[in-house]
Amino acid sequence: MAGRVLTCQIDGQDVSGLEESTILEVAREHHIRIPTLCHVPGLPEAGACRVCLVEVEGAARLLPACVTRIAEGMKVKTESERLLKYRRMTVEMLFAERNHICSVCVSNGHCDLQWLAQTLGVDHIRFPYRYPALPVDSSHARFVADHNRCVLCLRCVRVCGEIEGAHTWDVMGRGADCLVITDLAQPWGESASCTSCGKCVQVCPTGALSEKGKSAGEMAKQRRFLPYLTLMRGGNHV
Amino acid sequence: MSPDEIRGMAEREREHQAGRSCVLQVCTAAGCQPMQSVEIKTALEAEAKARGIGEHQCQVKSVGCLGLCGSGPLVRREPDGAMYQRVTPGDAPAILDSLGSAPPTHLFLDTRQPFFARQTRIVTANSGRIDPERLEDYLAAGGYATLARVLTEMSPQEVIGEITRSGLRGRGGGGYPTGLKWSTVAKSPGTPKTIICNADEGDPGAFMDRSVLESDPHRMIEGMLIAAYAVGASEGYIYIRAEYPLAIARLKTALRHAERHGLLGNNICGTRFNLRIELRLGAGAFVCGEETALIASIEGNRGTPRPRPPYPAERGLFGHPTLINNVETYANVPSILERGGEWFAGIGTERSKGTKVFALTGSIANTGLIEVPMGITLRDIVFEIGGGVPEGARFKAVQTGGPSGGCIPEQYLNTPVDYESLMSLGSIMGSGGMIIMDDSSSMIDVARYFMEFCMTESCGKCIPCRMGTVEMHELLGRFLNGSAAKADLDLLEDLCEMVKSTSLCGLGQSAPNPVLTTLRYFRPEYDAALAAGGR
Repeated sequence: MAGRVLTCQIDGQDVSGLEESTILEVAREHHIRIPTLCHVPGLPEAGACRVCLVEVEGAARLLPACVTRIAEGMKVKTESERLLKYRRMTVEMLFAERNHICSVCVSNGHCDLQWLAQTLGVDHIRFPYRYPALPVDSSHARFVADHNRCVLCLRCVRVCGEIEGAHTWDVMGRGADCLVITDLAQPWGESASCTSCGKCVQVCPTGALSEKGKSAGEMAKQRRFLPYLTLMRGGNHV
Repeated sequence: MSPDEIRGMAEREREHQAGRSCVLQVCTAAGCQPMQSVEIKTALEAEAKARGIGEHQCQVKSVGCLGLCGSGPLVRREPDGAMYQRVTPGDAPAILDSLGSAPPTHLFLDTRQPFFARQTRIVTANSGRIDPERLEDYLAAGGYATLARVLTEMSPQEVIGEITRSGLRGRGGGGYPTGLKWSTVAKSPGTPKTIICNADEGDPGAFMDRSVLESDPHRMIEGMLIAAYAVGASEGYIYIRAEYPLAIARLKTALRHAERHGLLGNNICGTRFNLRIELRLGAGAFVCGEETALIASIEGNRGTPRPRPPYPAERGLFGHPTLINNVETYANVPSILERGGEWFAGIGTERSKGTKVFALTGSIANTGLIEVPMGITLRDIVFEIGGGVPEGARFKAVQTGGPSGGCIPEQYLNTPVDYESLMSLGSIMGSGGMIIMDDSSSMIDVARYFMEFCMTESCGKCIPCRMGTVEMHELLGRFLNGSAAKADLDLLEDLCEMVKSTSLCGLGQSAPNPVLTTLRYFRPEYDAALAAGGR
């Protein structure tokens, strides 16, 4: 990693960070909270959920904090009325997209989407719910995939491909028809490449991937393995 | 081939052509081919043979697009340039009867009309003149002579300097300065460098790149060769959509001929410059026209965009510095190097130089392909060149830039066509599709059509585009079926703003444009829909 230290401003606070660090990393080092969804420390970034968008002075567009590198003298605003509005709409869309019914969900109380909605003050959804009819795959001996609760953050795809190295998960379809799939859309239990390591289940932000035998609200995820693995493999995300 | 061999081969072909007293050029591009133009060519050849007219007297030749597709199939006559329209195979005797005199009235196409007279042809200079499947024809038209001169007499920096001076900007939609892009790739550390041609033209109603590839594929290849030399690339890819079978076939032929004659491969023109070009066929995803998605697709991954920076110029295909331009941009390059950047900069406006190819479709008299200097007004394009909307209808709007563009109403028709002016109207130059609409079109319906397009073509990676387009499509539907309420209009406007500001790639960022421009210029239609629903 490059050694140069850059200084910039986040929400009016002078901060410093190593060259090549992202806005998100520097903000978290300085205890400035930027909401995220697809970001998980230790996984390659997707830049897909658009929740961590921030305003950077002089930039024409909003920039995702998870992939935007800091620059000397950069002035970042992580909170504004506009950003809050967009973040809320993003979360509203995620709720409206599939069938997120918290009270019966295994991850109720341990869910990143739920937590995001609470922090952003999303108390109602303006968009019509789409209630798609989506399958539940319980063919695996230990895990369940419930597409009704998936937010397509691609955490499972990335952890399986980049950390476990199995690349069992991927995405099929386009637009609103996207589904995460195992192998070539075979039942999870029949997947030849799956090592049953369960990393995908642990990084999943919602109850879309869960362990069998858990009842409503019992599926708390364990993610401590990720920073450990990346550290042991010489990565720089902690 | 060495520069001398190129010259020699061109010279021989020119002498050969000069011996013919008459050439009948039959358009066999994708516009005329389904209208039996291949059969027309066969009929003309058979008729000539039956009359004992040899090929040295009158040659029947397959050529690319002659422009006025709406009047096709077209046949052009050399040396006088007279044209025949709406030809059928049965017209062959009448055409051969008329050699040396004016075409019969029912076939006669006036080439002095503004459609032809007001065009400035650079990219399409050889379209409809040369046989796209013969390298010799391109050579005779001066092809690859510029490449030979560039490779033997100019340094890469000089080439980039010439492109920068020309003021050429990307013709794929964004309008990024080409010279700047080239110099960034040239300066980026890392080898091998890669060059990509984006031929994944996907806008509804747009067929400029297809036409260039079907009519003059070598021009684009020569442009790519010059670009590769300038930036130091040795690997090349052409990413073309599989929906263009004829363009693919002609491109393959052209690549094969170029390879056979040493214009591709190692030691091109006897220099140390090497370039290999491979074809990659797109599987029908609009988003693969976005450069990072296109690169992912060539790499064998799912065609989804990734956040930029890093830009492909820095880290592109397989992590190498990559130059990516579209077909029309490359097709401009040989002419710029041949005649100089100053010459090119003399055409067009202050910030938009050169010409632009447009595909005119929709409610317009002259459907077809045109090339006009930048700065020409929309009115001139629609009413002069395009001949206006057909009788009985009234012009309502012109849609530019495909699903990323907007609908421009009559009061702005005097706007000059350049990147900035179109953007200030809420539309974009785009790749060159121009759809003309008359008063029978509902603008809400138009907006919903484009939204449906974006919705089904969204890759699904980011939520604003994945769901925002679905929600906007649904809201527009409410306006059309009379169930919209005032709150829906507010939500629609909020959504437009949000999707535009937060989407990951250009597809999502520009998806609201058709809605935004129709809201801006045709608001009464939305209000009327609200009033009609009584809510």
